[in-house]
Amino acid sequence: MNFPILSSLILLPSVGAIFILLSKSKDQTNYQSSKYVALFVSFSNFFISLYLWYIFDPNITDFQFVENRSWLPGFINYKVGIDGISILFIVLSTLITPLCIISVNKTITTKLKEFLIAILIMESLMIGVFCSLDLVIFYLFFEGGLIPMFLIIGIWGGARRVYSAFKFFLFTLLGSVLMLIAIISIYWINGTTDIVELYNLGIGENYQNLLWLAFFSSFAVKTPMWPFHTWLPDAHVEAPTAGSVLLAAILLKMAGYGFIRFSIGLFPIASENFVPLIYVLSLVAIVYTSLVALMQEDMKKLIAYSSVAHMGYVTLGIFTVTQQSLEGGIVQMISHGLVSAALFLCVGVVYDRMHSRLIKTYGGLASIMPKYAVFFMVFTLAAVGLPGTSGFVGEFLILMGVFKKSFLVATIASLGVILAVAYMLWLYKRVIFGELINKDLVKMLDLNKSEIFILMCLAIPTLFFGFYPEPLLNTIEASISNLIDTYNYKLSLTK
Amino acid sequence: MEYILVFLPLLGAIISGFFGRYIGDRISEIITSLFVLISAAISLIIFNEVIINNYENNLIIATWINSGSLDVHWSIKIDPISSIMLVVVCFISFLIHVYSIGYMSSDPGKTRFMAYLSLFTFAMLMLVTSDNFLQLFFAWEGVGLCSYFLIGFWFKKDSANAAAIKAFVVNRVGDFAFVLGIFLIFYLFGTVNYDEVFLLIPQSINQEVLFLGININAIDLICILLFVGAMGKSAQFLLHTWLPDAMEGPTPVSALIHAATMVTAGVFLVVRCSPIFEYSQITLNIICIVGMTTAFFAATVALVQNDIKKIIAYSTCSQLGYMFFAAGVGAYNVAMFHLFTHAFFKALLFLGSGSVIHSFKDEQDIRNMGGVWKKMPYTWILMIIGTLALTGFPFLSGYYSKDAIIEFAYLKGNTAGYYAAVVGIFTALLTAIYSWRLIFKTFHGTYENKKLKIKKIHESPYVMLVPLIILAIGSIFAGFFFKELFIGHDGSNEFWANSIKFLSPLSTDHPPSWIVYSTPIIVVLSIPISYYLFVKNKDITNWLVNENKPLYNFLLNKWYFDELYDYLFVRPTKSIGMFFWKNIDVKTIDRFGPDGISNVIKKLSNKAVKFQSGYIYQYAFIMLLGLSALLTYLIVI
Repeated sequence: MNFPILSSLILLPSVGAIFILLSKSKDQTNYQSSKYVALFVSFSNFFISLYLWYIFDPNITDFQFVENRSWLPGFINYKVGIDGISILFIVLSTLITPLCIISVNKTITTKLKEFLIAILIMESLMIGVFCSLDLVIFYLFFEGGLIPMFLIIGIWGGARRVYSAFKFFLFTLLGSVLMLIAIISIYWINGTTDIVELYNLGIGENYQNLLWLAFFSSFAVKTPMWPFHTWLPDAHVEAPTAGSVLLAAILLKMAGYGFIRFSIGLFPIASENFVPLIYVLSLVAIVYTSLVALMQEDMKKLIAYSSVAHMGYVTLGIFTVTQQSLEGGIVQMISHGLVSAALFLCVGVVYDRMHSRLIKTYGGLASIMPKYAVFFMVFTLAAVGLPGTSGFVGEFLILMGVFKKSFLVATIASLGVILAVAYMLWLYKRVIFGELINKDLVKMLDLNKSEIFILMCLAIPTLFFGFYPEPLLNTIEASISNLIDTYNYKLSLTK
Repeated sequence: MEYILVFLPLLGAIISGFFGRYIGDRISEIITSLFVLISAAISLIIFNEVIINNYENNLIIATWINSGSLDVHWSIKIDPISSIMLVVVCFISFLIHVYSIGYMSSDPGKTRFMAYLSLFTFAMLMLVTSDNFLQLFFAWEGVGLCSYFLIGFWFKKDSANAAAIKAFVVNRVGDFAFVLGIFLIFYLFGTVNYDEVFLLIPQSINQEVLFLGININAIDLICILLFVGAMGKSAQFLLHTWLPDAMEGPTPVSALIHAATMVTAGVFLVVRCSPIFEYSQITLNIICIVGMTTAFFAATVALVQNDIKKIIAYSTCSQLGYMFFAAGVGAYNVAMFHLFTHAFFKALLFLGSGSVIHSFKDEQDIRNMGGVWKKMPYTWILMIIGTLALTGFPFLSGYYSKDAIIEFAYLKGNTAGYYAAVVGIFTALLTAIYSWRLIFKTFHGTYENKKLKIKKIHESPYVMLVPLIILAIGSIFAGFFFKELFIGHDGSNEFWANSIKFLSPLSTDHPPSWIVYSTPIIVVLSIPISYYLFVKNKDITNWLVNENKPLYNFLLNKWYFDELYDYLFVRPTKSIGMFFWKNIDVKTIDRFGPDGISNVIKKLSNKAVKFQSGYIYQYAFIMLLGLSALLTYLIVI
């Protein structure tokens, strides 16, 4: 067995977290040094994951870098490995985490050390989710992620943080319990929880629907799909900026990843059966939440609702199961990871200065914060899916794929594109353009260097992949076509 | 060479946009203008090559999206259609860059403005040189974005911001259909490359698709969807509302984007896709009718407007209508010809009006002008040249293209064609009246401005006048010189080669003489009549207005489209959004979902608490009950 690169990726942030935990004194210099430790660890992790992407061979359809260790002998194995789909999400996670750590500069004033620990542990768990090849391991990582997030909202959140934290926990846990039961039943049915083996064995037709629903209940809450979405705006509003960023950029993607890996991979027959359900819920999400977003008065809530709409496209793309729509779904998730993270950071920038998230507090920022206005504009345009941004590639491929299956669904989904322009540009206009009326705003400073650095790190890939999405599409192409082939093969067996 | 042509403006935009602060206003102005000038020079060389040697080229720059069977490239395609557009875009854009140096001289955001102009030029070049539908769509949105930036250039003005958003959203409505059209093309033909699609079209004339429960001929549906996209960009009837509002932007922008180039993209699309549209007679008739309606509608509104730029904006709308009905009767080359000549005289009119606005210190209401023709003689003469060309005065450029449209409409020989010809002639009359009204109210009669003394009115600087003069030369001669090339009986076929498809060759008959002569006669006669109505004897117009108050208000309020749309779309959307949020999210999902569950649990636990009262006799009693129940159970079994 080669060097366990995936396990190192998973463990490295946790090791960093232990370091920070062990450092004793609580004075200011120590805060700085803990931050440096966290930054060092997360950046090294980012570069390791880039290296991993570099040595990853996109032409192989099997899992690569597989590590398999016996954990509970004969029962559960610690098995990790990646394919073209997971590698992208791993790189996304390792990119977003250091940016979050830089952004805590002013936002977190108390218990910085603990906050950094929470974020690093979170990173370990997120990477774990994207490379686990065993259902039990997956479940542990997936649900483990809830705890740091719950703490981040509950401890460092805003005024109504406890309510939001509990709402978040309740919603997600309720879904997950069903998934746990489903995993146990899979073990009883097939005698293994190894995903690769399960792909080969297949799961009995009669069980598929129930098991699919159990997994769905967990993923639909996390995605979130309508009508399980109401925890998201609340969680975002109360969470500190870094928390919102992690939540929007990575946590939501776990569900999309889960849909691809498990719902499509393990239960093709059930997935096919439930396509109408997914279509309806996704369409409602796209149109309904776009309309709700239009009327929001709180910037974070608006972006949170727009996330629901964007994830609606993702679920639409995934369950259409065509080459274009699945590739589009993944590109859309990566793109949304970059863009929503950036938008929440943009809100964070003005929140740090004015301590208000209400749109009406602002207006006319273009004249005092020109750099901010430029960045905000780039991400606004990416959010509305303008060609030349990564958002367009994702949405376009999804809709093109969906169009093959159903004209009607694609038509309704395209309506969301009009609404997105309306709510995003209206938001932008009210915050950035106009006369500077609120006198308190005059003192606001434009972006500082670290803020520019963070936003730059997100803007460059957003634009680059908009003009040249090949690196993304190449990486996933083989894995996706393999997935689709097996999917169709298994469907044909039952007919 | 093509690379330089397309990418120089982008480079100029980047330099001016990001480094403008460091290199200074003047250098950014020079760099952006110079780069576009180089592009313009190259475009002339290419145009010349195309005319003489039938030069064609299709460069592939790089892969864009490659997913499954979808394979899209960034490309530069040179053929007769794109070579004409290149000349129009680069040439007008250069003149407007130069003009802007003077017009924006006192604006603090000069570098930003120049960057936007150059960026727009780049996007427009990408649009016309695309060899596939997706790059076309990219550029389509790109020019829309630049238009959004430039309409809202004065971002402190609320009305400008509102207009910018309106332009973007209304365009997106068109784009929505456009995108569906592209999906359908890919669905049917498995490619979005023009040439490949055009090759496959004749084989699938009879293919049908099920759309929203109805069986429709696939090609008809594609054409209609594409045309709706074109309607949005070219501000055709029903999707026109954004164009007049777009006049909130600086005047050079109105000239470049909202008159000469971007708004003609819709016409370009229809001409470019002539190999598809030729197979859909239904869509061609729809195009004809929509174009005609727009031409007529916009002209009636222009009759009574008082804002100098809005009059010209409606005039643009109306002229675009002419181009569309030319395309609708299958005379694509005539549509291109009118597009070409229109670019000159409409840019001239806009820039001329900009010159007027500039010297009136941002006054745009023609009721507050008048009598200044001696004060600004150059602007006055140039505006008159533009007006003559627009109205189609004999031997100026508009005469050749507009008359050709009406003639070909008549020669088409079907009902839509005859109808279009008649409406075309009538609209030419309206065009003449509103154009001369503008000239007479602005330059003649008595001076009406109360804020500004007449002495303060001055002629514009040369940096603004020279572009006007060049455009005026174009407005006079472009029609005469290029007539043979574009629409001549022999030369044009050779020039267009395969870039335009005619299923049946255009009729070469001569139309009856009343068709040929009626428009010029109307146009010439309308000058003295307008002079009498608007300068000599204003009682008649006042009487007309007073006698027909409802009609006047109907026209003044632009047929009440804005109010109607506000009532039909904007308000319902907002109230539905509010309803979903407050009543469904908060009052239903949350109330019965998480909050409901936690309430129920709370209530249950309150009940459960009561069991633990702490009194031993209660516990003893319960135990006794249980024991006796157990005993009973055992005995019975």
